Amino acid sequence: MSLQAHVRVAFGAFSLDAEVCVDDDELCVLVGPNGAGKTTFLRALSGLLPLDDGCVRIAGDVVDNPRDDVFVPPEGRSIGVVFQDSLLFPHMTVLENVAFGLRARAVRRPQARARALEWLERIGLADRRDDRPGTLSGGQAQRVALARALAPEPALLLLDEPLAALDVQHRASVRRELRELLAGFHGARILVTHDAVDALTLADRIMILEEGRITQVGTADNIAARPRSAYVADLVGVNLFHGTATGQTIRLTGGATLTVAEHHDGPVLAVVAPSAVVLHETAPAGTARNVWPGVIVGLERYGDRVRVRVDGALPIVADVTAEAISALGLRVDSRVWAAVKATEIAVFPS
Amino acid sequence: MGRDRARTRVPGIALAGAVIAVLCFAIPLAGLVWRAPWSSAWDAVRDHEAVQALRLSLVTSILATAVAVLLGVPLAWVQARVEYRGRTVVRALTTLPMVLPPVVGGVALSLALGRRGLVGQYLDDAGVHLPFHVPGAVAAEAFVAMPFLVLTLEAAFRATDRSLEEAARTLGASPMSVFRRVTLPLARPSLIAGVVLCWARALGEFGATITFAGNFPGRTQTLPLFVYVTREGANPDAAIVLSLLLVVVSFAVLLSLRDRWLSVR
Amino acid sequence: MRRTVSIIASVCVIAGASACGSGNKKDAQAINVFAAASLTEAFNASRSLLAAGHPPLAPAYNFAGSSALAQQITQGAPADVFASADEKNMQVLVDAKLVEIPTVFARNKLQIAVAPGNPKKIESLADLERNGVVLVVADKNVPAGRYALQAFSKAGLPPPRPRSLELDVKAALAKVVSGDADAAIVYVTDVKAAGARVQGVDIPDTQNVIATYPIAVVKATKHRAAAQAFVDDMVSGAGQTVLRSRGFLGPG
Repeated sequence: MSLQAHVRVAFGAFSLDAEVCVDDDELCVLVGPNGAGKTTFLRALSGLLPLDDGCVRIAGDVVDNPRDDVFVPPEGRSIGVVFQDSLLFPHMTVLENVAFGLRARAVRRPQARARALEWLERIGLADRRDDRPGTLSGGQAQRVALARALAPEPALLLLDEPLAALDVQHRASVRRELRELLAGFHGARILVTHDAVDALTLADRIMILEEGRITQVGTADNIAARPRSAYVADLVGVNLFHGTATGQTIRLTGGATLTVAEHHDGPVLAVVAPSAVVLHETAPAGTARNVWPGVIVGLERYGDRVRVRVDGALPIVADVTAEAISALGLRVDSRVWAAVKATEIAVFPS
Repeated sequence: MGRDRARTRVPGIALAGAVIAVLCFAIPLAGLVWRAPWSSAWDAVRDHEAVQALRLSLVTSILATAVAVLLGVPLAWVQARVEYRGRTVVRALTTLPMVLPPVVGGVALSLALGRRGLVGQYLDDAGVHLPFHVPGAVAAEAFVAMPFLVLTLEAAFRATDRSLEEAARTLGASPMSVFRRVTLPLARPSLIAGVVLCWARALGEFGATITFAGNFPGRTQTLPLFVYVTREGANPDAAIVLSLLLVVVSFAVLLSLRDRWLSVR
Repeated sequence: MRRTVSIIASVCVIAGASACGSGNKKDAQAINVFAAASLTEAFNASRSLLAAGHPPLAPAYNFAGSSALAQQITQGAPADVFASADEKNMQVLVDAKLVEIPTVFARNKLQIAVAPGNPKKIESLADLERNGVVLVVADKNVPAGRYALQAFSKAGLPPPRPRSLELDVKAALAKVVSGDADAAIVYVTDVKAAGARVQGVDIPDTQNVIATYPIAVVKATKHRAAAQAFVDDMVSGAGQTVLRSRGFLGPG
């Protein structure tokens, strides 16, 4: 276990009580709405916020235990943190930034700079080593921030909404690079985000944090299949497909095709919100291009909506009102046609 | 052409005020240049006592600035970062020398550090003599000039982005390391401005020096004192030349402050 | 806005009235007297006498080292009378044709001021040259400073090594009062004026220097009659009596 933590912190009207275990090589994504306590949680793990109660153990060492009066400040913990705003030091060059953690841990300057340069080469920014962070784009800055956090080889890597500050176009490409870089790191990793696509593409395990409590833990599929709240359903239940695009057509890995509104080329991700999927008893007439037959394999009710899992040529999840279910007389094993408008499909380069 | 049109138009009133302000500075200095006895100027400057006074002034002002930095940086940091009761009182106290008439400052130093002073009586027994000695002149200058450094630096520390300091801590930097490698470098423009202001104030100090340290060539007769005494002596015009000398030295230092050093990025 | 204007107006009226009012003690004439620092106590003590005199006078004093005062008058400072502690500084103004013919109105002698009880056992000028004695004198541009150097040479002693050259004789005395200096060479009148705070050690007449104090009306004065009345009073009137009582010698 790289990280074992039971975090209990309270201030004002807000209280956080969350228990988490993350293994080496595991990437755990913490998802929650704003104000849920995600950043507070990371700050507690990093030592920037002492616990009121509970225990944090990193790589087997207790770093925070109020009952035993143990508290190791952030500089004493084997952690690396990537912040939303990258927080690169503006008065140092890119190389010096990456070398900072090594120098702080008493590595001699020539060795620190050499190792920093290796990292910069790994992220493809070695040619920017003498530049100031102010000259980097958002995506480049986040890559440097990641290199800076990883260079001292921490046992635990914490990422606080690393893609949130990037604009939509770059988010996808940076997400891709992030995934590759994170794959090369073998410590425990916790990534905090409010973006569903981040969670679905990066996580080994997802934890849902709502109002200071963890409400659900599991893999993306588990959670998507059994959302415990509307928030989770909306967030994690999106349909995510991988495929290759040519113009406005996407051929999915399962074999089905999607017709979309935008032009793309190459490997892509296609995202469809469950609420955008319309179910019909019979094949719909008209010009809808994305239509497939399928069989209902699951019905989960939550609130006044029902999550319908449809299997077939294109397994898909649909959110339908309870009335629609009874009106159509749908049950498990019913045959249905699922339709999605081309404009309701969001496409990202993969 | 287009770029010229897009340049900010300076409001008339700002321009007028700025021009008048520049004149307020320039005209007294022009007066010095106008009345200076250029024929005897070189002799006045080479006069042994003048050289001695200039050298002493430079030594004491630099030492005073060093004292101010050694004591002022920790003070500024504590005032900016540590919340404690009475912080406002301490700030008022450490700003007081800026507001006090310098002679009053000298009297206060005398009562505290003079031979029969509150603390001075013990210093004297220990062999530390301040009045009538160079350390006394340094003490007088440091007393009046340190507030300039502390105020500018405290403002800079307050304005530092704390999240950068937090990032440094997560990378393994101890609080002292964070201060040395992040906080202080980020405050460099203010540090430089504060040091220069402090040094300039120390260089020009008169009232506290003469009241506390006395006036003796080579030991406590700094250039401002020497100018004053020369003005009453056999060759009053020499005082003008020496005043210009002080101006030239200060001007040179201020000119050498590159724009580059005053920004961080 | 209107309220602000009326407040400012009232303040001006009151200030104006009080400014006019302060000089009006039986129409006493205000004059600016620039006087050597050593004359401080004696001149201040003469105020009531001068206000009651004919004509009544209300002098405003500017006490400083004689050399500083001479400089100020040369620069055009608005003085009506100048009383110097030596003829040298007065001569500067005579040469520049800035004053009327001066008259000597008092004389003074030097004395050594030491801490009460004379802890360092200073008996003579020679003792001031001992190691461990902290001596201060006035700067050589100031009369008292020049006289001090003369006294040493009259006594056949090498020039003294003071720790500080103060800007006027009162500042030198102040260093003995505060305890920072063991001794200062000042005037007899200064020691007397300081009362119990210092003790005086006499300098024998053979070594001592007689300071002659000239006084003159400044030519640029706008109150010639009053200025002359002040001078006359100091030379031979009630002012002279006060000077004698403070330890000054007569014009001789």
